[in-house]
Amino acid sequence: MTDILKTQGLSRYFGAVVAAEDINVTITDGEIVGVIGSNGAGKTTFINMVTGYLPPSSGIINFGGQPIGNLGPRKLMRRGLARSFQIPQLFLELSVLDNLAIALSAAEGRQLNMIRPVRTPERISAADDILEQMNITQYRNEMVTAMPQGARKLLDIAIAMLGDPKMLLLDEPTSGVSTDEKYNLMDTVMEVVRRRGLTVLFVEHDMEIIQRYVTRVLAFASGVVIKDGAVDEVLADAQVQELVTGKRHQPQTEQGDV
Amino acid sequence: MMHLQKSEVLLIVAALVLGLSSFISPDWLVFTSTLAIAAALVVMGVVMLMRAGLISFGQGLFYCMGGYAVGLGGRFLDVTDALALIGLGVLATVALAMVLGLLLTRYREIFFAMLTLAFSMILYGILVKSHGLGSTDGFGVVDWSILGYQPAQGHESSTALWLAIVLALAAALFLNRYFQSSLGLACEAIRENEVRVEYMGISRRQVLYINYVIAAALGSIGGSLTALTAGHVDPTMAYWTISGEFVFIALLGGTGHVAAPFIAAFIFILVRTYAVELFPNSWQLILGVVLLLIILFLPKGIWSLFTRKRRAEA
Repeated sequence: MTDILKTQGLSRYFGAVVAAEDINVTITDGEIVGVIGSNGAGKTTFINMVTGYLPPSSGIINFGGQPIGNLGPRKLMRRGLARSFQIPQLFLELSVLDNLAIALSAAEGRQLNMIRPVRTPERISAADDILEQMNITQYRNEMVTAMPQGARKLLDIAIAMLGDPKMLLLDEPTSGVSTDEKYNLMDTVMEVVRRRGLTVLFVEHDMEIIQRYVTRVLAFASGVVIKDGAVDEVLADAQVQELVTGKRHQPQTEQGDV
Repeated sequence: MMHLQKSEVLLIVAALVLGLSSFISPDWLVFTSTLAIAAALVVMGVVMLMRAGLISFGQGLFYCMGGYAVGLGGRFLDVTDALALIGLGVLATVALAMVLGLLLTRYREIFFAMLTLAFSMILYGILVKSHGLGSTDGFGVVDWSILGYQPAQGHESSTALWLAIVLALAAALFLNRYFQSSLGLACEAIRENEVRVEYMGISRRQVLYINYVIAAALGSIGGSLTALTAGHVDPTMAYWTISGEFVFIALLGGTGHVAAPFIAAFIFILVRTYAVELFPNSWQLILGVVLLLIILFLPKGIWSLFTRKRRAEA
């Protein structure tokens, strides 16, 4: 397995506030990695730096062996690094099909064509394909405003996948989704991810989702990675339990102790 | 092979009907119709910007440049061919828009609106101070011809109308395709969510830049047609109230279809003509009330009446 994403000494400061500091992470091709941490721990700052939304104050980010620290979202997307958002970033006043058609034309590099309709038969077919994979075909001709939150999340992720990315960063894919829906949503997403052989890094607050869908976890607290390892190992860690999952660490006692 | 869409066939039929009706219409109506089409061309540019979420209060800049290109081309370059004069205006306007677009596409909302207004007022100021160009009085446009055809005495208005119809039809057919194209829809996407647009790999500034330059070219053609029809140009073409009128017409028509600016421009010019005739001292009040009613009852413009009807039928 080759390294796909590697950060070294990655830091971001807002004045005197340390949002992220000295983050050293290596993710290999095909891994499904979860990022956990309480609010303000630095998870989204990390994702925003990796996806070009926020320039790092210092440190190196390599993607596919190339430095990407100074590249913006547009260039990163073209290199195969896509993301979805905690609050789905969609074109609300456009139809679901048009949302996908624009993304497809951009993925083909034909976003500046001013004569040919954006809805070509090939794009409609590709859009129908991803809608079916994401189980949101029923919203095909609806405006995005008519979609429930879970479906919007799926559309947001579907759009991120259209550029045929190598790696996908998902920012809290189940936030705002009902308990009943969240497993369906994640099952759908992970099935598509598995089929496409994508590397995934996703931020998540829900530990049940983390335990069920990822193989490795990065635990953030106060802007630093406090633990990086297999799911069970990280979630059992005393510091992680105290600072991230909220379970107070109980020191082990000798049998018979009161 | 591109097939004509239903709305394109309707546009062609409407253009033919309007052109043929010029043979039986009184001169004042032919003249007014030509001015309305010229205004509609500028408004099409305003609509293009509005679809991308930008409001321009300075489209008079390009309208004036188109008009002055006709005037100056005839006066100093001895060009009398209407198409060459219009082309001259488009070239000059596109060159200016390509420079201004580099700056303006960085701005949004009120900042974009005020900067566009500022640039048009700079041109107005320059022209007012240019005594060689008639200062506030402007100057007359030379007699023109089209591809060697010189309109006979009394036929200038109808010739200008046919010219306006042909150019407007070409612009409308192009824009109809443009609004459905990747670039046209990318403009709407930028209005909706710029963050997502960037994460799709689309350059917001590139899209807005091209959109801005095309809108400027349409403004120039509108100004040139007005100059050819009225036979005169003056600095008020760049004045901010003229740009305001174009925004007014855009709001009146809505952004839903390429035909909307034409319908709105006809209504606007007829309402203004009758308001001035009936209430010479308070015609602006009539226009203000019309705009208020449109905003209250048809916030998406007159075109929404058609879409509502279609939706109701569905």
